[in-house]
Amino acid sequence: MGPFIEVVLGGLMAGVLYSLVALGFVLIYKASGVFNFSQGAMVLLAALAFARFSEVMPMPVAFLLAAVLMVALAFAVEWLVLRRLVNQEGIILFLATFGITYFIEGFGPQLFGDSIYRIDLGMPKEPKIILENMFEGGLLINLEDLIAAVIAGLLVAFLALFFQKTATGRALRAVADDHQAAQSVGIPLNHIWVIVWSVSGFVALVAGMIWGSKLGVQFSLVLIALKAIPVVILGGFTSIPGAIVGGLIIGVGEKIAEVYLGPIIGGGIENWFAYMLALAFLLIRPEGLFGERHIDRV
Amino acid sequence: MIATGPMQSHTPTNAPVERAARKTGEVILALENISLAFGGVQALSNISFDVREHEIRAIIGPNGAGKSSMLNVINGVYHPQQGTIYFKGEKRHRMVPHKVASQGVARTFQNIALFKGMSVLDNLMTGRTLMMKTGILQQAMYWGATQREEMAHRVRVEEIIEFLEIQSIRKTPVGRLPYGLQKRVELGRALAAEPTLLLLDEPMAGMNVEEKQDMCRFVLDVNEEFGTTIVLIEHDMGVVMDISDRVVVLDYGRKIGDGVPDEVRNNQAVIDAYLGVQH
Repeated sequence: MGPFIEVVLGGLMAGVLYSLVALGFVLIYKASGVFNFSQGAMVLLAALAFARFSEVMPMPVAFLLAAVLMVALAFAVEWLVLRRLVNQEGIILFLATFGITYFIEGFGPQLFGDSIYRIDLGMPKEPKIILENMFEGGLLINLEDLIAAVIAGLLVAFLALFFQKTATGRALRAVADDHQAAQSVGIPLNHIWVIVWSVSGFVALVAGMIWGSKLGVQFSLVLIALKAIPVVILGGFTSIPGAIVGGLIIGVGEKIAEVYLGPIIGGGIENWFAYMLALAFLLIRPEGLFGERHIDRV
Repeated sequence: MIATGPMQSHTPTNAPVERAARKTGEVILALENISLAFGGVQALSNISFDVREHEIRAIIGPNGAGKSSMLNVINGVYHPQQGTIYFKGEKRHRMVPHKVASQGVARTFQNIALFKGMSVLDNLMTGRTLMMKTGILQQAMYWGATQREEMAHRVRVEEIIEFLEIQSIRKTPVGRLPYGLQKRVELGRALAAEPTLLLLDEPMAGMNVEEKQDMCRFVLDVNEEFGTTIVLIEHDMGVVMDISDRVVVLDYGRKIGDGVPDEVRNNQAVIDAYLGVQH
């Protein structure tokens, strides 16, 4: 029993981090109907900025500066791209985010350097054994993962509440639902877009810091964002709870598959299992677990 | 321009008001020589008319006459190539819809444009966006001023819910409601903004007789109780003649008639446009 729980716990904690990246996708999709392919690049940019800033200044200041950078990016994206594409088809906006992706992936490392940088958040690295009296040998957990999972969980809960309870959250949901109607009640689209891209940038920063401290800040961070795509397919593009649950399912699913299914078919499952799971889900429930089901009146 | 004259002879099914006695005020919206073209298609040609305070002003005309385009011009969705708009005595410059909204203009759409995933309550609350004063960071904390503000707006929205008799569907996601109720909710959202000028694009389209009567009553009540100026597009001639103070008639993007319902009814150009004549 003990080893199985360890696997599940490990999966849950990795899953929360997937959720965090997925959340960035969901936020922008909800508020603008745009699938923002550049979320991964934003994670990289934010992590790079934080890593390099914190080399020369105290960590809180570096954090603030990196956050400011992400807000500046949000303004730039709105001003240079989105504003000019109001009322265009979703696919056009989606392709525009490709442009943004490759720009950030090139420009970020040019600005901050392209080596591997360390982020040391001062979290305990050594694993800890808990519940020794309940299981034989106890459970081995990684404290760093646990703290990261708690931070991510709090952020997710905060955002979910913000979306549901505040006037700005309501305006964000309104814009997601119908641009034209939102404008007619006096919601300025430009303003809303800056807000969601800023919040997504902030989420990217937190994700980048946590992943960066685990794996080091390097280009491969953008690949983590690709792992978030099956998460949003599973959870639904429009649902914040969906991003959380989707992340957890993918995290746990791929760990269990790796450990118990891997040896049978020769390992390496972790790389593609999430995508298979998402594909299977697409066939059964295309709108995702928590997505809005579209019922068209005929 | 003709002042509000005596209304017509037959009383509507249930419109209770004696409209003849009503007083309308100064001109609140004036459109002068508006022309709008999409590429080679002339949607509006040189149209002028005005709207007085507290009046119900109908825009009618056959399909494709340019009625919705006219509303979209007032609302700032379309920008006419020629012409001038005066609102509350001031010349209006090129302006986007959310700016127009901030001047006190609210509207509904021909094809309902509600936030379908959100509850009736939330839909109405979005109508009050412009009156929300607390900033995003303050809202993120959600205490003090933000909470008080939310409560105050909620009280007003509840009044509108009661006014429109939709208490029982308060929490229902709008997408699940039948068409007639959605139209009513959309009116509610527009009312939540407490507009001085309300634009209604076919508020009764696709409704049955009963729903139409209800909607007529709401439109008249809004006009009476809140003094809201209303510009409405409507195809149902009975309704138009019953509830409007003055009617402007468009056909192929041109104005072919303007006046109190009785005048418009007897206008030969209008009759021709509706019945069709050999030109």
